[in-house]
Amino acid sequence: MTGGPSGSSVYGVAAEFEDAARLLHALRELRRRGYARLDACTPFPVHGIEQALGLRRSPLGWVALAAGVAGAAGALLLQWWTGSVAYPLVIGGKPFFALEVSVPVAFELAVLLASFAAVLGMLALNGLPRLYHPSLRHSRFRRASDDGFLLIVESDGPHFQPERALEALRSLGGRQAEVLEE
Amino acid sequence: MNGRRYWRSLGQRQDSPEFRQWLEREFPQLASEWTGSRRTLLRLMAASFGLAGLTACRRPAERILPAGRGIEGYVPGRPLYYATIMTLSGLATGLLVETHEGRPTKIEGNPEHPSSRGAATAFAQAAILGLYDPDRSRSVLRQGRRSSWEELAGFLPSHFRAAGRGEGLWVVSSAIGSPTLARLKALLLEKYPRARWIEYEPLGREQEWEGSRLAFGRALQPQLRLDQAEVILSLDADFLGLDCLAPAWIQDFARRRRISSPGGGMNRLYVVETAYSLTGAMADHRRRARPSEIPALAQELARALGLAGELPVLQPGPPRTWAEAVARDLRRHPGRCLVLAGPRQPAAVHALVHWINHALGNVGRTVHYTEPPVQTQAEGLRDLAAEAASGGLRTLVILGGNPVYDAPADLDFSTVMRKAPVSIHLGPEADETAALASWHVPEAHFLESWGDGRALDGTASIQQPLIEPLFGGKTAGELAAWIAGHPRQRAYDLVRDYWTARWPKGDAERLWQRSLHDGVIPETAFPAVRPVLDEPRLRALLAAPLPAGEELEVTFLPSASTYDGRFANNGWLQEAPEPITKLTWDNAALISPATARRLGLEAGDLAALERAGRRIVMPVWIQPGHADGAVSLTLGYGRLRCGRVGRGIGHNAYPLRLGGPSPHPAGLRLSKLGRKYPLAVTQEHHSMEGRPLVREATLDEFRRNPDFTAREGPKVERFSLFREHAYTQGHQWGMAVDLNACIGCNACLLACQAENNIPIVGKEQVRRGREMHWIRLDRYYAGGEDDPQVVWQPVACQQCEMAPCETVCPVAATNHSPEGLNDMTYNRCIGTRYCANNCPYKVRRFNFLDYHKGLEEIHKMAYNPDVTVRMRGVMEKCTYCVQRIEEKRIQAKAEGRRPLRDGEILTACQQTCPAEAIVFGDLNDPESRVSRLKRDPRNYSLLGELNTRPRTSYLAKLRNPNPELEGLESS
Amino acid sequence: MATVFSSPESALVLGRPSLAEVTRTVAGIVERRTPRAWWVAFALTGSLTLVLLAMLGYLVSTGIGVWGNNSPVGWAFDITNFVFWIGIGHAGTLISAILYLFRQRWRTSINRFAEAMTLFAVACAAIFPMFHVGRPWRAYWLFPAPNAWLGLWPNFRSPLIWDVFAVSTYGTVSLLFWYVGLIPDLATLRDRAQSRARQVIYGVLSLGWRGSARHWNHYEMAYLLLAGLSTPLVLSVHSIVSFDFAVSLLPGWHTTIFPPYFVAGAIFSGFAMVVTLMVVARQAFGLQHLVTMKHLENMNKVMLATGLIVGYAYGVEFFIAWYSGNPYERFAFVNRALGPYGWAYWIMVAANVLAPQCFWFRRVRTSLPAMFLISILVNLGMWFERFVIIVSSLHRDFLPSAWGMFRPTWVDLLTLAGSFGLFLTLFLLFVRFLPLISMSEVKGMMAAREGV
Repeated sequence: MTGGPSGSSVYGVAAEFEDAARLLHALRELRRRGYARLDACTPFPVHGIEQALGLRRSPLGWVALAAGVAGAAGALLLQWWTGSVAYPLVIGGKPFFALEVSVPVAFELAVLLASFAAVLGMLALNGLPRLYHPSLRHSRFRRASDDGFLLIVESDGPHFQPERALEALRSLGGRQAEVLEE
Repeated sequence: MNGRRYWRSLGQRQDSPEFRQWLEREFPQLASEWTGSRRTLLRLMAASFGLAGLTACRRPAERILPAGRGIEGYVPGRPLYYATIMTLSGLATGLLVETHEGRPTKIEGNPEHPSSRGAATAFAQAAILGLYDPDRSRSVLRQGRRSSWEELAGFLPSHFRAAGRGEGLWVVSSAIGSPTLARLKALLLEKYPRARWIEYEPLGREQEWEGSRLAFGRALQPQLRLDQAEVILSLDADFLGLDCLAPAWIQDFARRRRISSPGGGMNRLYVVETAYSLTGAMADHRRRARPSEIPALAQELARALGLAGELPVLQPGPPRTWAEAVARDLRRHPGRCLVLAGPRQPAAVHALVHWINHALGNVGRTVHYTEPPVQTQAEGLRDLAAEAASGGLRTLVILGGNPVYDAPADLDFSTVMRKAPVSIHLGPEADETAALASWHVPEAHFLESWGDGRALDGTASIQQPLIEPLFGGKTAGELAAWIAGHPRQRAYDLVRDYWTARWPKGDAERLWQRSLHDGVIPETAFPAVRPVLDEPRLRALLAAPLPAGEELEVTFLPSASTYDGRFANNGWLQEAPEPITKLTWDNAALISPATARRLGLEAGDLAALERAGRRIVMPVWIQPGHADGAVSLTLGYGRLRCGRVGRGIGHNAYPLRLGGPSPHPAGLRLSKLGRKYPLAVTQEHHSMEGRPLVREATLDEFRRNPDFTAREGPKVERFSLFREHAYTQGHQWGMAVDLNACIGCNACLLACQAENNIPIVGKEQVRRGREMHWIRLDRYYAGGEDDPQVVWQPVACQQCEMAPCETVCPVAATNHSPEGLNDMTYNRCIGTRYCANNCPYKVRRFNFLDYHKGLEEIHKMAYNPDVTVRMRGVMEKCTYCVQRIEEKRIQAKAEGRRPLRDGEILTACQQTCPAEAIVFGDLNDPESRVSRLKRDPRNYSLLGELNTRPRTSYLAKLRNPNPELEGLESS
Repeated sequence: MATVFSSPESALVLGRPSLAEVTRTVAGIVERRTPRAWWVAFALTGSLTLVLLAMLGYLVSTGIGVWGNNSPVGWAFDITNFVFWIGIGHAGTLISAILYLFRQRWRTSINRFAEAMTLFAVACAAIFPMFHVGRPWRAYWLFPAPNAWLGLWPNFRSPLIWDVFAVSTYGTVSLLFWYVGLIPDLATLRDRAQSRARQVIYGVLSLGWRGSARHWNHYEMAYLLLAGLSTPLVLSVHSIVSFDFAVSLLPGWHTTIFPPYFVAGAIFSGFAMVVTLMVVARQAFGLQHLVTMKHLENMNKVMLATGLIVGYAYGVEFFIAWYSGNPYERFAFVNRALGPYGWAYWIMVAANVLAPQCFWFRRVRTSLPAMFLISILVNLGMWFERFVIIVSSLHRDFLPSAWGMFRPTWVDLLTLAGSFGLFLTLFLLFVRFLPLISMSEVKGMMAAREGV
């Protein structure tokens, strides 16, 4: 652990908690003590963890909306342009372009693009795909996708003192409190 | 030219079994069960590669003349038209044949010719396929084995040198209408005075000539003027159908049906017949009668007209009332009516008919008499059989025809053949007769050989070849000349010499040229003769008792597909639905619904028919409107030695057909076999279900309310949710079909098939409902199943302005042209079939399989180069013959951008329609014929209430019934 | 709906299994040695799939003529199968999306399973429009790219083009939805993986998911969005499929009731298929405590409801046909019930309207054999519904002269059978290699029960 305290190559410290309740309690406590950069790895979305961590509402909705509008507009444009500019054909005596018949395609393309936006946006915001992460170093990390609840205190600069953080985690009931190297 | 080498090489392969095998497989026309593989196709292509280019230069050596006005010599890519004739049962009809780069591709009627007047029958249309039939015999056969012309040339002189004065020499030929052949016949009989020459046609008209002998003491040909007749009575004469001796008759008749305004008049047609015929379908009053009842009816009529016999022939009852009413109607129109009798009627009836026409003052007005252009002597075969039996027969020469197959059964012609020490058969294919002949000589097709012939009225024409004989082949004239001791006489010289000898020296060349050009030889029609009626004999005739009727009588009909069997190998004809029954690829024993019930028969049941100790098996077909207690057998099927298309198709009825001085319907026994036989029909449902599809009224109703068509159908509202495209610029093509004129013959269907490279699919595919015809002749029955009336409706693509098919095509493969055509882009089509589903007229045809696969190159020569051949998986349909529209447009442009004249563009169906029922033209020209017809009060759109705005519309049908006969039809 | 199904979660997860137990049960199925029974089943369905491939090969090499389609019946088994499979494909998204929005907790144990079914059904469905065309090698012209060397474009007025968009969108979005739902569970499998291969494969597939609170934050939003988008989508897809018919002018097709009628039918058949498969799967993998009778009963209730809607639609069709006074319309429906294909119509009515009525009785609703039988009947009935709509309308339309009959060929039958082979094969692969129940969701639900 030499040089560890310097915190230069330390990502943060992490400990495992019994269940969601203890995890939440610990999170709230740590924040009160002024730890700003906290995170948790849980097997399922824990109710109320956003508030505990002070996370903002995900902006994905707006991304999807924009994409959806673009899809619809693009579809209408495509149908108008191909039908009445690129290659106008008299078909069944019908107009070259009409909104009525253009609705289904517009709708489908809106949904398609919005869905892609939602998924890709989610991955982007989460920085996925990512194959390595310091928290994987934690000896109990694997439990986090089964029935373990991992609390991570991330280093927030040179003044970060892993020992105190470990201490804090232990005091709040965290087990296997460990330092995570970068 | 090396084209020949190709044929010889193919000929060499001909005998190898696997060669036959793959031919069998690779011949889709035959493929009732569709099979085949690409590999064999490639082999076929390889085998026949050489021909592709070579056939292009097979123009005859002798000079033939195009009929095109002024255009002489030829421009590559431009079709040329030549006048020639087709001869059927000895009678010629004039044709114009379209050739591309020297290969005939399409046949039209010759407008200059008196008996065709520009129309061509279904048989003529299909002759193109017959020309390129790869199954035509390709070499001389000796005892059924391949021989050579050299060998024949060696044999003939030596044999006939020993023939002396012709003892035991018999010649059997088809009916001779050709003056040249008649002269050669005379020459031959001069050389061999003891020889006998018999002209025989299975569908000969001996009874008619016998009838005129009874009436006038000599054989005469009645020449009809149907356009002059107000009232027509047909006694079993299908003069609009298969008994039609000249398409011009149909034209004349139809002209008296066409009616432009409620003021106009139309003729009235009475028909008495056993089976339902095209003529019966047009009748205003049709009376179904057993064969034996028709002579009685004729006599009753004669009596009612006060000709002879005071006492009625028939018991009081409907038949008598009917005859008397008809008699009154006839008497009301002296000199403007006409009575006809059909070839199936005994001589006595014909004689009677001559008398009746005479008495009604029709002679010289609606009918006049001339020398008969042909005469056959079926009974001569009886003498031949006798001579054969007595062992006197030494040499039998058969110049055309297939007597072993179609001679009267009681003569047993095959034994005659076997008895003949030497028999020489000239024929287009190695048929049943060829199989028993010691020599078979290939006969040249009429489109590839010189000849001449006479139309019904005697007008003579030259038969010009359009192409070198594809398989070698000689004409009857050439062979006759050879036998008569003038070997190596070319048909060309025979014909030319005959005619130039008859013309003034200086003029001969000009006349020859002109005859070739026009397709008719001037001043050759027979003059009318005024015969004297032999009344005493006729009275005596009437005194003679009539043969009694029977439980079950039989009558024999020609086939609309094979005629007498000669066209059995023609796929187009085989697949063309029989107009009334809609049967394809088969014949059947037709019986009435009542008779079927009585005998416990259903359609498709196999039945055994026995007569005079002979037995055949045939499927039964139930024909509404057929006479009860009678069976009609269609001839011309069940060919055993025939090409791959016709072999074994249908059932042969000839074995039950007996010779004898007069046809008698007696002695038939029918028994059910308890087995079914699959029949392929193209129309399975026959009632209009009360829908206003074919709209019909009587002449009186029409006069009372001329707009009955509009009243009959639902209201048609022209409204639209959006701004419509205007069709006001340039030409706007449209079509009108006069249901009052259409007689339901298949001419348009075959013309369309030939013009548009429409494939045939075979019996199995037809059974699956996949026939490809672009134009359909819908036939509906109106009235009870026992005695219904028939109405026709030719339905092709209606070219809707609001086409439902276009909207649903996902790839826009079908869309609208500025001229209002519903265009179909074959190479864009991916084949979803959505368009066909959404077409209310169901006129779109889908290539479910590759129906053009593995055709032999020779077959492909029949293709119209102006029309795409559609591949598998593609939708196709009527295009209003867009290629013809474009051709004329280009022509007009080339001739100084002149406007297109109305009637300049003819669709294939319109051009060949003998009834002139189809009119095509520009709707933007208010004076065009089609525009005028569209203004006719009878004009209506089929399913117009769907607001599809069809460009094709129909003129409602009218009938002109005799008010005296109200309610007598049903009996 | 919410009230009908609101239920004590206790009924949705039996006993009080720990989180670890849940993981073990579900992941265990994937990690255990492949049972022999699976191999047997796989062999059977696999060979059926080969039959499908053979039939399609024959079709493409020879032509549509190998089927019984003809004129007038241009569409028959091909489009019938298409609509049938698309219909099946509706339950998945419905359960995942709509029930998710309605906060129906009981969906959690079955949604993954249903979604997978959706994907495979859509895959089967997609085959038919692709191969029913006369020239499949040109089928790509259906997509809006300038093609055929002329810069030609599709005809956007054609319902078939709408189909192309609807079905491909539906397939893609369902796949996304399904995959997003899988990510946390894939992470679980990754973390439990023993062999290197599994570590790599699941590692890659799980995209490095850590279950971080931030992940969950965006993840739940994405999932909600997908649910929200899929809900109108699932309704649109079968509406658009129904346009293929409704937009035409054929009597029997040209009907405004089609969109809702088709959607209800789709849900109906979809749930039937889920029940059929679920009844087997939960026995086979011992999931009785996760997929409880409560789930099955709820699904049966849905079937009963949608079955009634479908039955109502059948009735209304006839009423409107009569009420319209349109002779062609009237004939089409009389012919549908009493014509040559009447037998198919009555099979449809018996299986779709009568059979589900048994679900009024709780005893039937909760009896495995009964629901299995009825769900199979419903599947059959729904296939016949499409057959009746398509064939009986086409074979007798406006002009009696053009009427005809359709007779299937052996190729038709084997192709249909083969499509089931493909469907089941994909399914077997799914249950073998992926968690067929969403572990994270079940855990989440259990936690909620603890009231945390």
